[in-house]
Amino acid sequence: MIPGVDGFMYPNEVELQWSLLIVLYPYITGLVAGAFILASLERVFKVEAVKPTYRLALLTALAFLLVAPLPLQLHLGHPERSFEMYLTPHTSSAMAMFGFVYLWYLTVVLLLEIWLEYRADIVRLAQTSSGIRRIVYKLLTLGSQNVSPASRLIDDKVGWAVTVIGIPSAFLLHGYVGFIFGSVKANPWWSSPLMPIVFLFSAMVSGIAAVLVLYMAAMKVKKMAIDMRCVDTIAKYLFYTFIIDFTLEMLDLVHRTYEADESFRSLDFMVHTRLWFSQVILQIFVGTLTPLAILAATQVWKFRDAVRRGLYVGAGLLTLVGIFAMRWNVVIGGQLFSKSFLGYTTYKIDFVTREGLLPAIFLMLLPFVIFVVLVKLLPPWPERETAGVD
Amino acid sequence: MDISRRDLFQVGGKLLVLASVGATLEQITGAAPPSDAYKMADHWWGMLIDIDKCIGCGNCVRACSKENNVPEGYFRTWVERYQVEEGKQPRVDSPNGAMDGFPPNTRTGLKAFFVPKLCNQCADSPCVQVCPVGATFVSPDGVVLVDKSYCLGCRYCVQACPYGCRYLHPETNTVDKCTLCYHRITQGLTTACCESCPTGARQLVDFKNPRDPVHEFLRHNKVQVLKPYMATEAKVYYKNLDGSVR
Repeated sequence: MIPGVDGFMYPNEVELQWSLLIVLYPYITGLVAGAFILASLERVFKVEAVKPTYRLALLTALAFLLVAPLPLQLHLGHPERSFEMYLTPHTSSAMAMFGFVYLWYLTVVLLLEIWLEYRADIVRLAQTSSGIRRIVYKLLTLGSQNVSPASRLIDDKVGWAVTVIGIPSAFLLHGYVGFIFGSVKANPWWSSPLMPIVFLFSAMVSGIAAVLVLYMAAMKVKKMAIDMRCVDTIAKYLFYTFIIDFTLEMLDLVHRTYEADESFRSLDFMVHTRLWFSQVILQIFVGTLTPLAILAATQVWKFRDAVRRGLYVGAGLLTLVGIFAMRWNVVIGGQLFSKSFLGYTTYKIDFVTREGLLPAIFLMLLPFVIFVVLVKLLPPWPERETAGVD
Repeated sequence: MDISRRDLFQVGGKLLVLASVGATLEQITGAAPPSDAYKMADHWWGMLIDIDKCIGCGNCVRACSKENNVPEGYFRTWVERYQVEEGKQPRVDSPNGAMDGFPPNTRTGLKAFFVPKLCNQCADSPCVQVCPVGATFVSPDGVVLVDKSYCLGCRYCVQACPYGCRYLHPETNTVDKCTLCYHRITQGLTTACCESCPTGARQLVDFKNPRDPVHEFLRHNKVQVLKPYMATEAKVYYKNLDGSVR
């Protein structure tokens, strides 16, 4: 008997190949895509109510996008060769696209949109600040000092166009991550044409929840008033998106259960044993049904502002836990059962190893550090409220 | 070394017979042919496995491990023992990949048999398809290989293999798998597992060689590949494969 193994695994299957770090990868890219799509609501779809979070959402997306490749790099057996994906991509591989999708999204969409949005502020800050900050802002102007109304109009038009391109790019970024899993025909837990769309909607859910929580936390820290119309609107979008996401996941579940193919008995057993806590308890009850019930309640009944704020924070945090559990269940769950459908293995997380818990915690904290730096550098608040920042 | 007159006659007789049918000196002596004699385009390698002949001795696993320096706990080939009871899930075991054979059956009255496993050298290989840099590839003679100097160690191919044949080598941090003893077969030898099999349950075959016995074998026997629904064009054929085998 091999410790941690029940039934029969092919001998090379006992050890999991994709670890906690690969759980972080879709989680982080999901937050990026979701935050960007929320930002685009204001820019393209003219949802004025969410305007207070527009810049915050862009900075959130950037903070997480900068960290997104790090778990992959740490996971690779030879990270020093990862650049080969740019130089000699294998065109039939779903994974080979990652570098290009990432670069496109980072440079063409996110950095460009943030720069255009902040350009006038950067020019102003370059003139009003001193010391190193002045040098940094001067560099960030990229030599463009013109902030005349006409040039701002151009910024706005180009920014709008970038956002329009950005929406399908955000869809591509996370739908593509779903495709990496959904296209593995050897693995029935992953192999599903629904996977990209489930990933996409769960990304939107997690990104919207993250911006909702971050916005309220930032307002609390800055001792500024929370715009209730804004959070009410975000909560409404979170609720609707979550319903679509949950419906898609349930559709997948019902389809698998009804079709009950060769793999079903094995997967069903796994869900009832090894994945019971992370999938049924954490993902479905704690991370999906509870926040959905909270959000539904806020749509049906009128609560006082303070109560609503508390409910939104609670729902947002639970949503983030639920989506993390979903990523865990996809990535780890997909490797706990044997492709012979005759046995199960166990995932043991190391602590201070390259793919252990410690680097994973560090990688999850890093975007928040980057976020704080970005907020200091490029204040997302209206000018009058940031007058004292410098 | 003492050579008896009987030995001398036997060796001499064999030499005479082989020479008379036009065998080359290399074939007679077993010496490696010159490397430029091997033309990849002339071969399309695969394997035949006769389930009924496998006795689960584990010779193949040991030979493979030794020949290819397979790290402990990982397997380029392994043998599974199936014990099938009517109407129930099969009981399968492969203790340490059958490196030391199998303990005796604990239950009687069951249908029991051994299934040697190895890379199926698929022509439409999912592992090759997913490799982001093309480090794993199908050679022109039909063997799925990994370029160790190029592999990123992302392990997407490990996930994509339906048969569990790949692993990350703990020393090179690159993916490793059965090469069908490529270093041997290109020198005119058979694989370590085939050579060490005492019953001939495993046979290296060359589908492009019209004189290979595989053609006769496929004409006269019912064969199957593992998981045919995966449509990977596997080139390891099993004779008398039971439906319970996964």
